[in-house]
Amino acid sequence: MEKILVGLKRVVDFNVRVRVKSDGSGVETDGVKMSINPFDEIALEEALRIRERGEATEIVAVSIGSSEAQQQLRTGLAMGADRAILVVAESPLDQLTISRVFLALVDREKPDLVLLGKQAIDNDNNQTGQMLAALWERPQATFASKIEFSGSTAKATREVDAGLETIEIDLPAVVTTDLRLNEPRYVKLPDIMKAKKKPLDQITLAELGVEPSGGLREISYEAPPQRSRGVIVNDVAGLIAALNAKGLV
Amino acid sequence: MSKVLPKVLVIAEHDGTSINPSTAKCVACAGGLDEAEIHVVVFSDSGDELAAAAARLDSVGKVLQVDHAASEHLLAAALAPQVVALSEGYSHIFGPSTTFGKDLMPRVAALLNVNQVSDVMSIEGSHRFKRPVYAGNAILTVEAPGDRPVVATVRSASYQAVGNDNDAPVDKIPVEAAIPEHTRFVALKTGKSDRPDLQTASTVVSGGRALGGAENFDIIFKLADALGAAVGASRAAVDAGYVPNEMQVGQTGKIIAPDLYIAVGISGAIQHLTGIKDAGTIVAINKDAEAPIFEIADIGLVGDLFTIVPELAEALRK
Repeated sequence: MEKILVGLKRVVDFNVRVRVKSDGSGVETDGVKMSINPFDEIALEEALRIRERGEATEIVAVSIGSSEAQQQLRTGLAMGADRAILVVAESPLDQLTISRVFLALVDREKPDLVLLGKQAIDNDNNQTGQMLAALWERPQATFASKIEFSGSTAKATREVDAGLETIEIDLPAVVTTDLRLNEPRYVKLPDIMKAKKKPLDQITLAELGVEPSGGLREISYEAPPQRSRGVIVNDVAGLIAALNAKGLV
Repeated sequence: MSKVLPKVLVIAEHDGTSINPSTAKCVACAGGLDEAEIHVVVFSDSGDELAAAAARLDSVGKVLQVDHAASEHLLAAALAPQVVALSEGYSHIFGPSTTFGKDLMPRVAALLNVNQVSDVMSIEGSHRFKRPVYAGNAILTVEAPGDRPVVATVRSASYQAVGNDNDAPVDKIPVEAAIPEHTRFVALKTGKSDRPDLQTASTVVSGGRALGGAENFDIIFKLADALGAAVGASRAAVDAGYVPNEMQVGQTGKIIAPDLYIAVGISGAIQHLTGIKDAGTIVAINKDAEAPIFEIADIGLVGDLFTIVPELAEALRK
């Protein structure tokens, strides 16, 4: 396999307790720590392992978004990606447009594999990989917890509600990652220095020939209904009495 | 001016033997659209019994039965073009927000040139929906374009399944779509269990990392058996290999809404709480009185789970 394309989305760090803005226009992001979407980090880690096994030669990390996403691409380069492409879009894009951007990049780069996180932890959409596979008319293996390659095919084990499903797919294909695919490595300081010399190209939607589609209109954000703290019982007898009172046992 | 009434196509999920309860919840969600005509499509290799079961779901106006050898296993790549071929005339196409629907529906949406509305939790209008974002820390209201079909996944935990007292007509229709062969089913490894299904059980007992080992999970199973409950687990317990992935409850596992949820040795990371927010009553058993799980638990018991859980199971058996 020659080339793997990996998507790295810049998102609010998973440890941040997200708060809805008082005017309902979005969530607070001022001064909030931003990171690579954790599922995307797993995708990059998997690409690195595939290359380290000698099953791929080049890893291209891609981000689509504001110029600030260069930070996440630099982190990806420090982890080990060979080069990076930032598709600059200063206002947020809808999922279908993002899939078209990936398709345009696929046309340019001709990867054998596109590895993406199964979902971004901000909008929790879980769509991009499937949409890209549809537009590209290629296989998709979503929610993968294991991938093995053999010539022009791959076997992917998928985490599904019933258990573990294995499918065989022809390459090129799109694979989206689940949590247990791997544990991403930590970035070492010398690698951060080295990453500064790696190529990071910036291109625009227009250069890729992608016209943003309207997408879904965001009307408003609100805080979810909160569950409140209940009672503390002292022992098993107290617990059973409390459950009895609610008619649950 | 005549009003265009919603016409909804619900994609049935099944395992070849029975219709998954998530389908009845999709139908319930579709029922939230004013005066909607609801059709359910069953893709299978031989779907007579499955279609008959779908036809019993209340509010369903018609069942479409599409039999094809390629549908022995429900692969998104093979199903998406078939859904698209059927989509003409439907204003809404709904699938469950299970791994089946999450895999399939975005592929359908892209082929229909629309964005998907993921995890619908409430219908606010024919094209307006509420959905959770940021692991459920915010609820977003979105509006889909009025001139395109709406493709959506339905968050099962937000809906009660419709009943089974219907007798809708079943139309057997041939498939008219090119089905790709680049994706092939190999195997499904599933932990067969006699216990209730995690996604539909009225009572669920879950264990966390504090169990400390796979063998220690036995006390969780015994408590579940005393309650007739399904068994779940936190991500930490699955990552540690105590139990298989299909038992994971949370943002990236299963999102459930049992009447009673008992969290044992689970600290309550936000990603786990996302999966249980809609539970009727949450019970937490944990030795750490400061654990975040107690902030949302209706009933809390602080103490050693290895003492409490067997004692509780014993008391319940009496």
